[in-house]
Amino acid sequence: MTIMTKPETQASLQTLPGDDVRQIMWRYADRFDIQMVVQSSRSVARGIVAQLVAEGARNTHDWTEAKNRMFPAFDQSGITAAGLDPEYGGFLTGPRNLALSLVAFELAWVDAGAATTSLVNNLALGPIVERGTTEQKARYMSACIPPQPGETRQPWRGAFALTEPIPYVGVDTGVLGGKVRVAKWTEGAEPMLQVEKRGRFITNMAVANFVTAAVESDDPRLKGTCMVILEESDPGIFDRGAPTHKLVHQLSSTHDPIFNLTVPASRIIGGYTVQNGVIVPNYSHGDIIEAVFARTRVTVGLMTSAKLLSAVEPVVRYQRGRFRGGAGLAPGSPRYDLGLQQKEDALHRLVDIWASGEAGSSLGFETARLFDAWEPYVRRKEALFAEQGITGARAQMRALRQPRAEALEYLALLGQPPAQRNEVRFAELDANPLVHYVVQESLANVLCPACKLWNTGHGTNMLREAVSLMGGYGITEDCPGFLGQKWMDAQLEATYEGPESVQRRQLSVTMTDDLFLAQYRQWITDMRHIGALRPATGACALATAMELWLWTFMHLRDAKDADGKALYQSQRHGVTFPLADALCWLLATRCQILDVLELAAKGPASPNLAGGGLEGFVNFFTDLCHVHTARAAGEVGRICAELVYGYDRHPAWECDLRGNCTTAILADALDQAMPGYSMIAEALSREFTDQPLPPDKAGPCVCMRATEAFSRRRTKLDGCLTGARLAKDRAAQALTQVMIPEALDYPA
Amino acid sequence: MADPFHIVVCGSLVPDPLQTLEPVAGAQGPGLKNETMLPAVLDPWAGHALFEAANLAKQVAGSQVWLVTLGPKAKLQQLMMTIAQKVPFQLVVLDGTASGFADAHEVATALATAIQGIPGLDRNRLLLFGGCASASRDSGVTLQLVGEQLGIRDQFLGVDELGIEPDGALHILERVEGGQYQVSRCVAPPAVLAWATGSLPEPHNNPQVGMMNMRTIMPQLQKAKPVTVGCAGIQYDTVKLPSQRRDTRVVRDVPAADIAREIVDWLKA
Ligand SMILES: Cc1cc2nc3c(=O)[nH]c(=O)nc-3n(C[C@H](O)[C@H](O)[C@H](O)COP(=O)(O)OP(=O)(O)OC[C@H]3O[C@@H](n4cnc5c(N)ncnc54)[C@H](O)[C@@H]3O)c2cc1C
Repeated sequence: MTIMTKPETQASLQTLPGDDVRQIMWRYADRFDIQMVVQSSRSVARGIVAQLVAEGARNTHDWTEAKNRMFPAFDQSGITAAGLDPEYGGFLTGPRNLALSLVAFELAWVDAGAATTSLVNNLALGPIVERGTTEQKARYMSACIPPQPGETRQPWRGAFALTEPIPYVGVDTGVLGGKVRVAKWTEGAEPMLQVEKRGRFITNMAVANFVTAAVESDDPRLKGTCMVILEESDPGIFDRGAPTHKLVHQLSSTHDPIFNLTVPASRIIGGYTVQNGVIVPNYSHGDIIEAVFARTRVTVGLMTSAKLLSAVEPVVRYQRGRFRGGAGLAPGSPRYDLGLQQKEDALHRLVDIWASGEAGSSLGFETARLFDAWEPYVRRKEALFAEQGITGARAQMRALRQPRAEALEYLALLGQPPAQRNEVRFAELDANPLVHYVVQESLANVLCPACKLWNTGHGTNMLREAVSLMGGYGITEDCPGFLGQKWMDAQLEATYEGPESVQRRQLSVTMTDDLFLAQYRQWITDMRHIGALRPATGACALATAMELWLWTFMHLRDAKDADGKALYQSQRHGVTFPLADALCWLLATRCQILDVLELAAKGPASPNLAGGGLEGFVNFFTDLCHVHTARAAGEVGRICAELVYGYDRHPAWECDLRGNCTTAILADALDQAMPGYSMIAEALSREFTDQPLPPDKAGPCVCMRATEAFSRRRTKLDGCLTGARLAKDRAAQALTQVMIPEALDYPA
Repeated sequence: MADPFHIVVCGSLVPDPLQTLEPVAGAQGPGLKNETMLPAVLDPWAGHALFEAANLAKQVAGSQVWLVTLGPKAKLQQLMMTIAQKVPFQLVVLDGTASGFADAHEVATALATAIQGIPGLDRNRLLLFGGCASASRDSGVTLQLVGEQLGIRDQFLGVDELGIEPDGALHILERVEGGQYQVSRCVAPPAVLAWATGSLPEPHNNPQVGMMNMRTIMPQLQKAKPVTVGCAGIQYDTVKLPSQRRDTRVVRDVPAADIAREIVDWLKA
């Protein structure tokens, strides 16, 4: 066998990636509608939004006239209408998750608060879009559509009010303080409801004309919880409350409002039935918010990733120009041309930032596309269940048992070569929309929280790195690219729409789904295959890390701690949450690799890329994948090792030493992976027998027999990191040569 | 009210001016480093012309606007994702180089031929619009040459304002030296109007306009014919940036008067 090594000189990055590259990687090269929305969002972001930030509009908590100018800009540029159905004046046909994610991405490239403001209408309308009655959809979506030529109407803005003052709704959305009662119910007429709700941290409240609010019944004539629509002109109190003194996202308005309003029962989102004299809402507030957040959280995750990628250009420019103008420093000298880029650490850190931004974006856009693909199946499922009269969460779950079993069979067949599988059965399963529904649901249930959690959480940490690369400048208002603000803002992205703990909680349940795990196993096989064809991506290392995670998960599911308590259980956040974190690293890196493969496959058909540059982009992004795989592998190895070993009690010298020491057999086995290991082990054991009490450093050693399979995998994973640092060096070198524009295309 | 106009705007793309532009010698003659990968924008002068054309078409019912463009079609397609959302127009594409090194006579011939081939174009109602100059080729002759090849004798080559008089005559303000305008009256089309800056702001992007335009633009891009214009037979001894080095500075909070003074000092120096 010969080992092929890639030459170290290869085409590399010449310019920063432009639209040609991104359209392929993020799969909208054939969607002109989306490309246009991207361009128009970009012009708003780098136009009025950037001007506002540069002028210091963020320096007040109040919603000012200047900030309010963003709304007409959103309306004129199609951003507002992008979230609305075509039948009510929108222009994007079909699912819109990818399009809206790109809008958020473009706006957050400059300011995530502006992105929030542009999207909050979608959040407010979300409950209505997802579960509203036809009349509700028509009324509120039409009201939100920007005026057409000749119209003088002001479009409506909305707010979404779930969170309440302490001690009510926060992370735990079930603890509702907001109440709804029957105010008046005359025979044959629509019941009137009294809604009392106090909100905390409610976005868009300075301008909202309507609010979708979560409330709980405080009346025996109304059952459970629901969401209701409140309008500013409803009789009673519609108090917008004081602005929140927040340190972040100052281009969005946040207030603590108070509502006490009388509204007709037709405002219950999704409608209601009357059963035995009791109003029974068709949807609880829980049913609704999950459906809404599932989509909107992805866009939030992408905001943070956009900011990471937006940091690359200003950091490169700052580093290169750092010493220019110094006495006696001539153009053409390395210090003049490269500045801080002469320092390896500065380059390596920027490579890490870029790699994280790529991985987060890849994960986010993959999730958005998944929701787009899933949506038609959701509609089909709803229609089928409506036909069959299957209502209520329990009944639906029962009805999906059979499709879930079939889906497992389908996935097994999908993994086999067509020539070897039962094609008739495969075609039959493939034609069943419910099979696709449950397969994609299992993915969405994992990818969405993973994207929200990892992109924002890890993204915030990496934004801090970006800020630090700009030195003192980074933490001033004058920092080009507004990096300081972007860092701080990211903490909110990690918090609102469900903070990290909520995402971890969700993941710790959804990642155990057999349907997800079946797909995950197939991904390991796929990564091995990719690793064979394109070893430079680090796909093989990723596959090994994925195996390690899977082994650890399976082990923890059955294992007990030193006191005999089960490890993988919902209250045991110390086990489930870190494992969820580790999974996110793997998912993000996998998506990153797949996007680079897409670029390599489709790039040659793009004349702009094929004319030069494609190979450099592919090589550079491949190196970023390798860098990121190594980082992910490190995180997964660390987390898994801690969980696998950390719940066994460490042996003490009181017990039988030899039983607790590394056995000779294991030492020999490990010697193959770590030459010299057995000698050390032997030396140590000799020391033990010679002395009455062993030296401090010598143990007692832990017996690893039970986890030998883990050690083997982990050791293999370490070896899989081969080449990762060479990739980092190459990527760092590319950063010194890439051509950047002369100035940022937005004011600073 | 004036009869409808048939407005043909000539314009193509140029590299985004924020990019570092470095001349390099390529196989097909001189070009810019990484040219295919640099983001492109509509030539700003052509942009003024297009926005003025759309505005005129809006005022005079029944008027139509065509954008005739010579450029690499893949890059034009990217450009259309922005430009097509700004104003309604029909596109005529010639797939070739938009390089500033291409010979203006050859470019003019290609454009004139394409204009002659536009189905339904009423040459008696033709207003030929374009930039008085180009961000990539500042010789300022292309439009004049196209006009001549189309036999249009009324040419206005530094237009800032166009008004339509009640009898349909064109009232034209052209830039001349010293911040002055030359005022002309042109009784009727056809005429060439090469625009300086005009007075219109860049229209907002509106994807809804874009998607309507794209219905006709995409087929045009797909069937665009390759056109060879350029440097054949021309030998460039050297190509370099203008000797005045471009030093982009980003400054904040500087009063306009100070900026003006600095420019005047620079001009005098
Ligand atoms: C600027 C801004 C805008 C916002 N906009 C809106 C809006 O428009 N509409 C709206 O409804 N809300 C909005 N929110 C509210 C936001 O969604 C909540 O702040 C968020 O959900 C967290 O709730 P909390 O602040 O009450 O945190 P808490 O519930 O007090 O949680 C604090 C921390 O405790 C831990 N924790 C709490 N519970 C658990 C648990 N069960 N398991 C594990 N750990 C736990 C976690 O570490 C958590 O982060 C906004 C918030 C801000 C700051």
